[in-house]
Amino acid sequence: MTPEIKRVANFILLMFLSLFLAASAMQVINADGLNNDSRNQRAVYDGYKTQRGAILVNNKPIAESVKTSDAYRFLRKYTGEQYSAITGFYSLFQGRTGLENALDSSLRGDNSAAFFEQLNALLSGNPVTGASVELTIDEDVQQVAWDALGDMKGAVVAIEPATGRILALVSKSGFDANSLSTHNTADASSNYKKLLTDENSPLINRAIGGNLYAPGSVFKLVVAAAAFESGSYTPQSKLPNPSKYILPGTTTAITNSGEGKCGGAKTVSIATALKLSCNVPFAQLGIELGQDAIAKQAKAFGFGESLSIPLKSTASVYPENLDDAQTGLTAFGQFDVRVTPLQMAMVSAAIANGGVEMKPYMVDQIFTSNLTLLEEGNPTELRRSITTSTAERIKQMMIAAVSSGVSSNAKIPGVSVAGKTGTAENGVKDPYTLWFTGFAPADNPEIAVAVVIEDGGGKGQSGRGNTLAAPIAKKVMEAVLNK
Amino acid sequence: MAKAVGLFRVVPKKRNLELLMLLFGFGLYAFELSQVQLATIQILREDAWFIWSLPVVAASVFHIVLRLRASDADPIILPIGFLLNTLGITMIYRLDLVKSATDADRAVGERQVVWTVIAILLAALVLWLVRSHLTFRKYIYSSMALGVILLVLPLLPVIGNPTSGAYLSVRLGPVSFQPGELAKIAFIIFFAGYLTSRREALAVVGRKVFGIRIPPARELGPIVVIWLASLGVLVLQRDLGTSLLYFGLFLVLLYVATGRTFYVLVGLVMFVAGALIASRLMSYVGNRVSAWLDPLSEANYEAIGGSYQLVQSMFGLAHGGLFGTGLGGGLPSIVPLAESDFIISAIGEELGLVGIFALLSLYMVLVARALRIANAHADDFSKLLAVGLGFVIALQCFIVIGGVLRVVPLTGLTTPLMAAGGSSLVANWIIIALLLRLSDTLPKPGTVGE
Repeated sequence: MTPEIKRVANFILLMFLSLFLAASAMQVINADGLNNDSRNQRAVYDGYKTQRGAILVNNKPIAESVKTSDAYRFLRKYTGEQYSAITGFYSLFQGRTGLENALDSSLRGDNSAAFFEQLNALLSGNPVTGASVELTIDEDVQQVAWDALGDMKGAVVAIEPATGRILALVSKSGFDANSLSTHNTADASSNYKKLLTDENSPLINRAIGGNLYAPGSVFKLVVAAAAFESGSYTPQSKLPNPSKYILPGTTTAITNSGEGKCGGAKTVSIATALKLSCNVPFAQLGIELGQDAIAKQAKAFGFGESLSIPLKSTASVYPENLDDAQTGLTAFGQFDVRVTPLQMAMVSAAIANGGVEMKPYMVDQIFTSNLTLLEEGNPTELRRSITTSTAERIKQMMIAAVSSGVSSNAKIPGVSVAGKTGTAENGVKDPYTLWFTGFAPADNPEIAVAVVIEDGGGKGQSGRGNTLAAPIAKKVMEAVLNK
Repeated sequence: MAKAVGLFRVVPKKRNLELLMLLFGFGLYAFELSQVQLATIQILREDAWFIWSLPVVAASVFHIVLRLRASDADPIILPIGFLLNTLGITMIYRLDLVKSATDADRAVGERQVVWTVIAILLAALVLWLVRSHLTFRKYIYSSMALGVILLVLPLLPVIGNPTSGAYLSVRLGPVSFQPGELAKIAFIIFFAGYLTSRREALAVVGRKVFGIRIPPARELGPIVVIWLASLGVLVLQRDLGTSLLYFGLFLVLLYVATGRTFYVLVGLVMFVAGALIASRLMSYVGNRVSAWLDPLSEANYEAIGGSYQLVQSMFGLAHGGLFGTGLGGGLPSIVPLAESDFIISAIGEELGLVGIFALLSLYMVLVARALRIANAHADDFSKLLAVGLGFVIALQCFIVIGGVLRVVPLTGLTTPLMAAGGSSLVANWIIIALLLRLSDTLPKPGTVGE
């Protein structure tokens, strides 16, 4: 039997040899292809191996990774829905959004700036820890804005005009990012489905994109700027003042919102028309200026441009190829003009900053786990949007609009506030979109703000920018001024 | 034959060598357990003490029994069994550690420890009671009957407990057991005994056709019977792996007993034909084959009973690469059934290709010891018994590990000594006990080899 046993031994050797070869093929030779297969979850899981950096507001984490005992090692935790528009979410199953996405490489700790950190981790055997990000957001201002919106859907953006630092960025409805970062597959996916189908669309960041809004009367700031920049107008320039105006080439009549004359005289100055927010004179001014002049001014304020703050904003739109009637409608922010709250806050900030528009940003500092500074947000000038004198003229008109005009609910005792309300129509029967944008203090602006409220704030067509949006803006401005 | 009857008698160096290797194994096991705990939960838990000490005590008892009752036995077999068994426990325990709090079954590792103790102590008992393996020659046909009964048990109503379509286990109260694992020992004894008595007749030279000697047709009887029995297992129990295991085992023993290559050829043709017909007629066999040929295709990946599990295991192995992620550093829990059928994939992910090579080498050494013992014995029964015990370990490794590594289609066998499951542990530890007994009763002690 000995030769047979030897042959069996050789056969067994062959069997094991085939296992050795197959293991080598799978683990080494074909490993790259398998590792890059889109169905391979291990790449995603690897992302959880490093402790992701925190997102901080006033040195307190609004998103951080805490240790867990499960396979993912770290769970992403969020504080408060008021930050959901900023942080977005970091989910094993639904990907990532917001700053979690925009700053992913820093938070993960694998951007090139963190090279020495990684080298150190490799040599010391310590796990790589992601970089943390301190935001320009002010927790108090953010909280006030979130609370002030109450149950209404909308957004608030607050900017420091001289620097472009974003002090608050709120979008409502918000969501609880913890419900998506959970490691429980079933929970995460059912929560995600719920948010996706929620009629309030909580996953949309209303402050910078998603839902673009008709600006209504707040767009008059852009038209007034176009008028003064043309050199042919001053705040005292007179415009015809009928109580009703038939748009050229149509039978459509437009009226002022009070359906009366703007002031009562035969003509009205641009200053008064803005202060009382009259549509008829502005429609005629818009047609006189022409769509190109308005479009040019809108572009100078940043329309048509998507910004990375580093959240990516949607570009605001001033429509093209308009006839006179349409141009007239755009002059008070109707027809196809569409804006983000961020854009309107930038318009106010540019006016507040003497005509120079600063690039809005929300990352103050990025630093490693041992507090080495990797990146710092610096004020950057985007462009000069309007001349200093134009800025001064519009500012004075906006001060009047708040102190003695139709934007009165933004008044702050002892502080000069510049502002403009808007109440945009959407469809014949649809609720209005309510606006306020402005800045304070007018002589030395510390904050520029834009507030938008969707669906008429739940009041159908009876809500007004001044009754609902202006008081919110007032609270937000006070939160900054009282610091 | 050196018969040591007391601990204090001078025993051969073999036992001291075994003790030395066991101590190394105890240390390695402690290291593995600490490593998986530190890597997964960052602390050392107190229950690790029990996870470590119970198998260590059991192996020590086994070692003492060897000193008392088989002092001349092979010194390498017990340490290898211990290493494989405890690496398995480590990996199963490690998978438990990362299970979420909602997971119903988080004590697979603890159960494996208990089964390990039972299995090792049973093996020690077998060694204690069976003073010579030749005793089994008296029970050849009883063994066959026992084997058949064990195989049929899962098909019976009430105690039968089909899982994922296969009738492999019986359930008595809370305990589930796969009698097929024990049946393989009974069949090895039967095959060895039967072939010893029939080898002269089976090896009769018949006509020569195309240069191959063909035995008389009536001598093909046994192979046909075993073939039908294997097909019966395949069809009734829906278990391709066990079917292949028994048939392969019989073919090899038949070959060793008769020296007739012809039987092997005929047997292979018969098995392939049977398997082909089965893959056409039985969808689960067909699914396994197409998942094996092209696991990455979307259709196979999405199919129920398709390649999902195999592909997840492939991802894990690729993730491990050459050196692995380190014990506790990988994500083997993604692979379904990582603690049983796919434990090799968990090992490959965390210990890398290097770890798989080491592991396969341990199995190879174990099998090589068995073949060495077979060679050293003078009588046919002992030779066939040793070859059978060694080959069954080798073939089972090949079928299950080869299934994971895509050498053969995936079937549901357990990785010997490593995979979670009590019956498999008990059966394999008894195989180890029998090999140790065989090695102790060699005709000329101390002069093993050719």
